Amino acid sequence: MAKRIDVSGLSAFYGSHKAIDDISMTVEPRSVTAFIGPSGCGKSTFLRTLNRMHEVTPGGRVEGKVMLDDENLYGAGVDPVAVRRTVGMVFQRPNPFPTMSIFDNVAAGLRLNGSFKKSELSDIVERSLQGANLWNEVKDRLGKPGSGLSGGQQQRLCIARAIAVEPQVLLMDEPCSALDPISTLAIEDLIGELKERFTIVIVTHNMQQAARVSDRTAFFNLAAVGQPGKLIEIDDTDRIFSNPSVQATEDYISGRFG
Amino acid sequence: MASTTPTQIDTAPPVAKSGRSTGRAGDKIFAGLSKGSGILLLVIMASIAAFLTYRATIALSENEGNFLTTFDWNASANPPVFGIAVLLFGTVVSSIIAMAIAVPIAVGIALFISHYAPRRLAAPIAYVVDLLAAVPSIIYGIWGALFLVPQLNGLNLWLDEYLGWTYVFDKTQVGVARSLFTVGILLAIMILPIVTSVSREVFLQVPRMNEEAALALGATRWEVIRMSVLPFGRSGVISASMLGLGRALGETMAVATVLSPSFLISGHILNPGGGTFAQNIAAKFDEANEFGRDALIASGLVLFLLTLLVNGAARLIIARRKDFSGANA
Amino acid sequence: MSHTLQDQRPTRARKSAAPASLTRGGLPRWAPAGIAALSIALGSGIGLAFDLHSKIQWGLIASLLFIGITYAASAVVENRRQAKDRVATSLVWVCFVLAVIPLLSLMWTTISRGLKLLNGNFLTHSMNGVTSFDEGGGVYHALLGTIEQIALATLIAAPIGLLTAVYLVEYGKGKLAKAVTFFVDVMTGIPSIVAGLFILTTWNLMLGFGPSGFAGAMALSILMMPVVVRSTEEMLKLVPNELREAALALGVPKWRVILKVVLPTAIGGISTGLMLAVARIAGETAPIMLLVFGSQLINGNPFEGAQSSLPLYIWEQYKVGSDASYDRAWAAALVLIAFVMILNLVARGIARWKAPKTGR
Repeated sequence: MAKRIDVSGLSAFYGSHKAIDDISMTVEPRSVTAFIGPSGCGKSTFLRTLNRMHEVTPGGRVEGKVMLDDENLYGAGVDPVAVRRTVGMVFQRPNPFPTMSIFDNVAAGLRLNGSFKKSELSDIVERSLQGANLWNEVKDRLGKPGSGLSGGQQQRLCIARAIAVEPQVLLMDEPCSALDPISTLAIEDLIGELKERFTIVIVTHNMQQAARVSDRTAFFNLAAVGQPGKLIEIDDTDRIFSNPSVQATEDYISGRFG
Repeated sequence: MASTTPTQIDTAPPVAKSGRSTGRAGDKIFAGLSKGSGILLLVIMASIAAFLTYRATIALSENEGNFLTTFDWNASANPPVFGIAVLLFGTVVSSIIAMAIAVPIAVGIALFISHYAPRRLAAPIAYVVDLLAAVPSIIYGIWGALFLVPQLNGLNLWLDEYLGWTYVFDKTQVGVARSLFTVGILLAIMILPIVTSVSREVFLQVPRMNEEAALALGATRWEVIRMSVLPFGRSGVISASMLGLGRALGETMAVATVLSPSFLISGHILNPGGGTFAQNIAAKFDEANEFGRDALIASGLVLFLLTLLVNGAARLIIARRKDFSGANA
Repeated sequence: MSHTLQDQRPTRARKSAAPASLTRGGLPRWAPAGIAALSIALGSGIGLAFDLHSKIQWGLIASLLFIGITYAASAVVENRRQAKDRVATSLVWVCFVLAVIPLLSLMWTTISRGLKLLNGNFLTHSMNGVTSFDEGGGVYHALLGTIEQIALATLIAAPIGLLTAVYLVEYGKGKLAKAVTFFVDVMTGIPSIVAGLFILTTWNLMLGFGPSGFAGAMALSILMMPVVVRSTEEMLKLVPNELREAALALGVPKWRVILKVVLPTAIGGISTGLMLAVARIAGETAPIMLLVFGSQLINGNPFEGAQSSLPLYIWEQYKVGSDASYDRAWAAALVLIAFVMILNLVARGIARWKAPKTGR
């Protein structure tokens, strides 16, 4: 179900501007890896290279290798559509399809990938909504538009939508930054459950959150504004927050900059 | 942007109180003026309906023919005989042809500009389409009559030969292509730019995050468009088509130049002949006496009601979709 | 929040939507262009072989072939989803080409035929003393009429339209605003000839005035108002609410917020919309035909007597049907297009110049 990600020598560009430089790391399956770092350090860009979403930005371009188990996402003949199908993504702001009902939102990805019987579909939708801890709140109004839910519910709907297609990896780009503390807590609990089944990578601005949810933490930084972002270090979350091996990490975590 | 504004409010210095006293009166005057303009618009609309109806009743009371079913227009004769059957038929048929051709193509071009064209091409193409939306109808008219009509003869023969069995495309009369079908094509070309530019605007407004949601689920470009762009843009496309239909229904000059009018109803749309409300008014106005003008006003009233109906229906469609529209937040 | 047992559910065997592999067979990058070239060649071949007269037929055959071959090739080499995607792409390209051809043809015809007669003499002379079948004559009187009529129409329509839009966006609530919104929409759809008939009934038939440029301008202003309202409304709605609230929170009265903050922010878009509305009415023929009547002479007074206008002039010359009059019609068409295009370019210029700095 879950796969290992092995990145080597990855750089990403916006036009001629290099956004991240020469990043190599391994993301273990069935674990939560958090990316932290100051704004503009390229952690979101890096996240988007992991399911080839970076290249949909105008001018977006990538060099290097991202191995998903033994397949290179950027290899010849690889279909980006299949990559995104395998590596799911949850965005910073909840983005349910505004014109679809709650049910259709969750079923959207499935309907793309073949025909399902109605009963199969509602099974998977129910299971996914339960997986996202949303089922009890919405089971009586599956036909209502998804945009009518609260922000936290919408974000969990988006998570349900992402896990409905059973991806190998789930990328989360600051999934709680637009949410209130209670909804944030609900999502963090959910992440803890989801890591039993998926490889999860989460970008967060909130260091407490990284400490709470992740098994491993990667710290990104940039030398100066306009310079490309770099991976400073990646280690077990406990170590990063107690005894990082690089001074810059400690400075950042203790709030001396950023 | 949203996150910076509150801090601006918080840190802004308190404003001087001097502006306050003029505020109240100014507010009242300004609000009154703007409200008055809105009301004036309603008054204009009401008086269009009222005055046209008034003159139309004068004409209708003297009409010796049946206004709805008579296939003739001799309003200046004594006794006057006129009916709108042919005009209604011609107007509706030519507009339907125009919509059937123009709307799908316009949506295609709008998508081309917003999602398919190479980035360097998209802006200039959009620009050209916008400029073409501004080409006056009389120019489409003379181009249609002097250039398009001869070009369409081949296509007409072809349609007659291969699709003649459908009745609709059976060309039973010889003659150049001054037919409702040609009018429909010309109207389609005319409304294409306007439908395109409105649809394109809507497609470009689809929030990036909606498209990324579909992309991240592993959707192809077409599926992204089907899942997020088209649903978001649907009401926009409807109102764009409504604008186009309004132009097609009431188009005068392009029809008047191309059509060779006759007072016959024929389902064979390739046959020359037929007429539309606007074209008939333009053609008969010069020679009409005062009563003849009233008769033309009566037909204009029907055209007015027709456009009213179309717009009302389109509004209802849009309103019903509001629940699921993307324009929240 | 109850964290239930869904993890212990047995993972039922079910139809998995997951692709077996990330790679797939693909058509080469040049495939669309290649298929397009092939289709055009085949289309022309068929056209020649069957001796089809008009190039329209050739083009239609080539388009159908292009879409068909694309689908077949992609369905064989790739998969059905990919084939659908490619068909959509090729359809969109075909739409684009289908639309561009007549539009280019229109521009080309107008320019090439219009240039024949267009010169300083044409622009500075009226049709005074020129009979329909003669060569010579010009559009000065029509150009003058057009400019006066649209200027008057703009003077009437712009303030009313702007204020109505302000009312709808800033003040409008309740039934009145709903009614105004609805009828603005309806008004957008009013055929120009109906607007002409309305002024004809009131101004000419009831009040007994004769044809004049002003009567035409009133009809044009009816056509212009809803366009101005709609475009202004759109622009005002784009002004972020935070901006209004920020200003209101400073204690500025609402009308000054509108005048000093909201309108200036949207001014680029508003003036662009206004210019486009002007460009639209500049080409209207039907109401002018009913109300301004047409004249071969120069009449600089829009409030008295028949005038001409460029679109009406084109119509008159077209109706005459002689070679000389066709030439005049095309030349006038070129002048009219140039006039409208200049208005458009100015509108775009304003939009770019006044665009908010934070634009995308």
